[in-house]
This record gives sequence, structure tokens and C-alpha cells, in this order.
Amino acid sequence: MPYTLYDKIWNEHLVYQQEDGTSLLFVDRHLIHEVTSPQAFEGLRNSNRNVRQPSLTLAVADHNVPTTDRSKGIDDKESKIQVDTLEANCKQFGIKLFGMNDKRQGIVHIIGPEQGFTQPGTVIVCGDSHTATHGAFGSLAFGIGTSEVEHVLATQTLVQKKAKNFRINVNGKLPLGVTSKDVILQIIGKIGTAGGTGCVIEYSGSLISSLSVEQRMTICNMTIEGGARAGLIEPDQKIFDYLKDKPMSPKKENWEKALNNWKNLKSDRDAKFDKEISLEGKEILPMVTWGTSPQDVITIEGKVPNPNDEKDTDRKNSIERSLKYMGLKPDTAAKDIKIDKVFIGSCTNGRIEDLREAAKILKNKTKASHVEAMVVPGSGLVKQQAEQEGLDKIFISSGFEWREPGCSMCLAMNADKLKPEERCASTSNRNFEGRQGRGGRTHLVSPGMAAAAAISGNLDDVRKYQN
Amino acid sequence: MKKFISIKSIPAYLPIVNIDTDMIIPKQFLKTIKRTGLGKNLFFELRYDDEGNKIEDFILNQKPYDNSKILITGKNFGCGSSREHAPWALLDFGITCVISSSYADIFYNNCFKNGILPIILEEEKIKELSEYSHRKEEISVDLNEQKIVYGNNEAKFDIDPFKKKCLLEGLDDIALSLEKSDKITSFEKNLKNNKPWIFND
Repeated sequence: MPYTLYDKIWNEHLVYQQEDGTSLLFVDRHLIHEVTSPQAFEGLRNSNRNVRQPSLTLAVADHNVPTTDRSKGIDDKESKIQVDTLEANCKQFGIKLFGMNDKRQGIVHIIGPEQGFTQPGTVIVCGDSHTATHGAFGSLAFGIGTSEVEHVLATQTLVQKKAKNFRINVNGKLPLGVTSKDVILQIIGKIGTAGGTGCVIEYSGSLISSLSVEQRMTICNMTIEGGARAGLIEPDQKIFDYLKDKPMSPKKENWEKALNNWKNLKSDRDAKFDKEISLEGKEILPMVTWGTSPQDVITIEGKVPNPNDEKDTDRKNSIERSLKYMGLKPDTAAKDIKIDKVFIGSCTNGRIEDLREAAKILKNKTKASHVEAMVVPGSGLVKQQAEQEGLDKIFISSGFEWREPGCSMCLAMNADKLKPEERCASTSNRNFEGRQGRGGRTHLVSPGMAAAAAISGNLDDVRKYQN
Repeated sequence: MKKFISIKSIPAYLPIVNIDTDMIIPKQFLKTIKRTGLGKNLFFELRYDDEGNKIEDFILNQKPYDNSKILITGKNFGCGSSREHAPWALLDFGITCVISSSYADIFYNNCFKNGILPIILEEEKIKELSEYSHRKEEISVDLNEQKIVYGNNEAKFDIDPFKKKCLLEGLDDIALSLEKSDKITSFEKNLKNNKPWIFND
């Protein structure tokens, strides 16, 4: 019987299956952070349970950490308690932790791949919905709740039921100025925020294969915004080259064994998918979101929708609600939307290639005077690499702030946030109401588009600034 | 986990689609290291104004809905972040049953770990049930029978049999899985032989 890549990974991790299909799935890699783990450890202690395989879990503080000077620690009392609690829990249960002052510290979905902790064919979970990111390596990676974090800590397994197979083919080439962020925004616009519910998405096609490892991560990262818990891509030589010699990658004879295994990780040619759609690269343009759901996308040449054009009542109400929250009039051209802030960073677009892309646009230019802009590298190593390449100088001389790594204004749990009615061009993943600060208005864009918006002071077409 | 068997309550109707977990419980309340105490901040931005005063228009601020145990909502409820603080906040407020035409996967799963029953019903039935919210009349939910009773009507709902059993008996997932400890051990042993790199051996 032909199998999909998801089927194969699933079958290889099946510890036990009940008659009704409820299964116990082995977890190879568990990532934890300070926000969704304290109650899980508390649960373990209350029930006198231990961590079954501490070496398969890696911890880092990212959601709550300040992105400004860290030498004085964390000002916010509650944030400090959470970060300290993570440290104490890791110590008690023998889990490896990258502390706030470790140069390897960063966003959990950036450090996993960076360290080679993320590997093809594995089941990877984390108490964070953007765990889908790791699917770019051909792993089955998905977000879980805190009770499930506790379950994984105690048993190194998860209770799961099999999801459906959904394939999205993207063929052709990326036009100039168009990035993988635009591809995934277009996909979400097409399938809707619940389009992938109950599914695991496999991205394939010539355009997907042509993407770099980091660009693939951006696509898989936002899979959850299309409702699917996991998105994955068949691993290829680019992935193997990326992982070679990473600190936690297999070494010596294990590398050879792993490589032999990884090379077989692909969907069978005649595998059946429950759902399938296709897109052509040439149809994809630089995208922006106008509303309060990641499915609310338009091209930079487009305009904000008019609720009167909508027949479906739910959709009409939802457009009206979003327009009101976003402070936008129907039919406004995307390029006429003036912005106050720019945020470059997050697990979606906080890697070195993202920073290079933005810096390329910003070189020898300055941001508009009314715009406040910041770059938050995804990890300490990304920051270090960017500084070696002189990208920090480009950002600073164009008027951006250059910060310490963390989740920062993607979810505004630390001090970085929007004020009410402030409008932000952001490379993050969610434009929900209040996401970047109460009353804040988010427009999701690619790093190049964020840079273009900073220069122009309004949402703008990155192709205008392409050399 | 507390059992869920049946409840009776005047439902609160919140007809918004794609309610995300940021909306259910905003990030500033994720800094807790406890599971309890989140109820007062449930739907914080819809419930309180900038000065922290209750917004009277919001349904959960009105009597009798401030005591509702059942929440009826628009489709794709609980999308976005995996934060279990969302079901914790609902539970702490007193809501133990949600009725919608669809849910996001992670939220849906998280409900069952906390004794909350998320019911999936077709839109038409939801419209009928919402009338009971407007009229401030009680409806009842019976998990064992898998039915909602409203007035003289009944609506049946589907649920995974294993999830149903866990809710009815208030079973601890981890204890159940630990009963399979031998199977996990032998899986690990095979894994070490077949994929030694997983354990970095």
C-alpha cells in the first residue's frame, strides 16, 4: 500500500493503538519554554511522577524575555517568576536549558533547527502552536497544550488520533520580490483559517523544492494559521547539508545511519491524499493582511474589501468587525495605509536570511521620520551572525533599533508592544485583535515588505526598492 | 480531572466567528504559573474597557449570562495559539460546555484534558439553540446520551467514544498511558537499535 510521508512517520512512532484508532505516539524531540510548561511540572510533582527521558527535551526561555539590556535581569515581576521557574524545573528534572544569557538562547523554533535538535523523520512537539515550523525538515511537528506537555514529560508519548492527508503543490518560480512568506499568506487566504483543520499538510512541487531551508521553515511555521497542526516537506540534500555538523546532529557512524534513513523519507508516488490543491508561483505577488485573521490577505496592489460586496452574513459581519478594529475604510488601497511601527523578527521571519532580505532593501536608505522600527533577531546566534555580516549597522543607520533575541512584539508578552490604534507592519504570524498590544493594528508582511513600509511610512511594494 | 456527565444552564450566545485563543485569554495573563484564577480575565478585551470597567453590552457581563455554564459561539472557535490557559479561563469562569459548528484542533483537544465538553453541531441547530439564550431559557446537555434538550426538542451530537469515556469518568490520561509502560520501554529499546542517533548514543 502506498503511504504519504505523514503516514510513514506516524507508523514508525506507533507505540500502541486501540481498536478505535486512539494511539500512543512516541515523541523523539520535546521543546519547552517558560509560558506553557510551569503547570506541567507542577502536575508531575503533585502526582510524584518523573521525566521519562530528560535527554529528549530541550528548554529555552523566549516568550517573556526582555529584548533590551539584560545585564540587570527582568524588571517585570511575573515574567521573572516564569523564567526562574523554568530554570528551577529544568534543574530539578535534569533537562538541558539555554538560559537568558546563553548566546544560544532564542526563539524555541529557531534554536531547535540551529542546534540540530530538529531532525528529519522525528516526531517533535512543543507547547506552542508554531511547532509546525520544524516540519520543514520532514518531521511531524505540532503544538500541544500544557496537559499534553505533562504527558510527554511523564511518558515520552502522546495520545493521538490520525489526521487526514492534505497536499499543497506549489510549482514554478518565485517572482522578484516575492518570498515564502507571500506564498504561505496566499495559501492561507485561499484555504481559510480553518481550511486545514484535522489535517497534516504536505507542501510539495518545484517551487517548494527550490526554497532554502529557512524559507521552508517560514511556510511550515504558518501552517497552523491555516488550521492544520502540522505541515511538512520532504527532506532533501539542502536539509542534510544544513544539519551536517550542527551541535546536536548525529555524528560519525550515526550520521551515516541517519542519512540512509532520511533519504527514504518521502511520500510514495501513488500515495493518496484526502485533499489536494495547487498554486502557480507566477500568480503570487507581495502580500499584506488587512484584517484581524491571517486569512484576510490582499496583494500590495489590492484594496481592502467592502462588506457590501459580501453575500455570506457571517463573512460580512466579520469583515465589518475587522475593518472597525483596524480603523480602515472599505476599498482603501493597500499602499494608502499609513503605518506607525515596523517589527522584524519572530519564529516566522527572525532568521538570518530574513534579516539579510530586509537589510538589502534598507541599505543606504532611512526609515520615514514618523515610523518607529525594530529588529529582534530570532536567536543569539542569528544576532551574532548578522553582526559579523554588518547587518546591524545597516539597520541602525536606517533608523531601526537592534535588539536582543526573543519572541518580543510577535505576541507582546514582554515590554515590546503596540499602543491602542498604533499600526504596525510586522513580519510575525498573527494579526489577531490585541495580539501585539491592546487595540494595536497588525499588518502581516514579509521582511522585505516590512523594510519597504519603514522607508515609505506606509504599506508599500518591496519591488519598488529592489536593486 | 472533574467528570462531565450532564449540565443544565441558560446558554450565553457569542456570535463571532474565528474567536482565537488570544481573544479568549490575552497574553498578559499567561504569566501565571497556576491553572486557576483566570476566569475573571476570560475575554478580557471584550469584557473590560481601557479603565478596567465592565463593558455592559458584553454578554458575559449581563445577568443571567454571567452564570452561564454553556457558551454557544461562531465557527472555528479557539483558533491560534496552543495556550491551555484558554480552556482554564473558561473553566474558571464556570463554562464547562461549548457549542460551535467547528473548533481549532489544539483547543478542541485541550478542552477534554480539563473536563470541558466541546460539542460540534450544524449551524442550523446552533441558530435554534441561540434562541434559548435570547429568551433566557435553560437547555440541558447529557453526555452519556449525547444529546442536547431544549424545550421539547432534542439535538444529538457525535463524540469520539474514548474521549467520551475519559470525560464521563474523569480519567487521568497520564495514568492510563503509564499502564502501557512496558510497551513504551520495548519501543525505546527498538529505537535505540534501529535509530541510535535519536538518543545521541
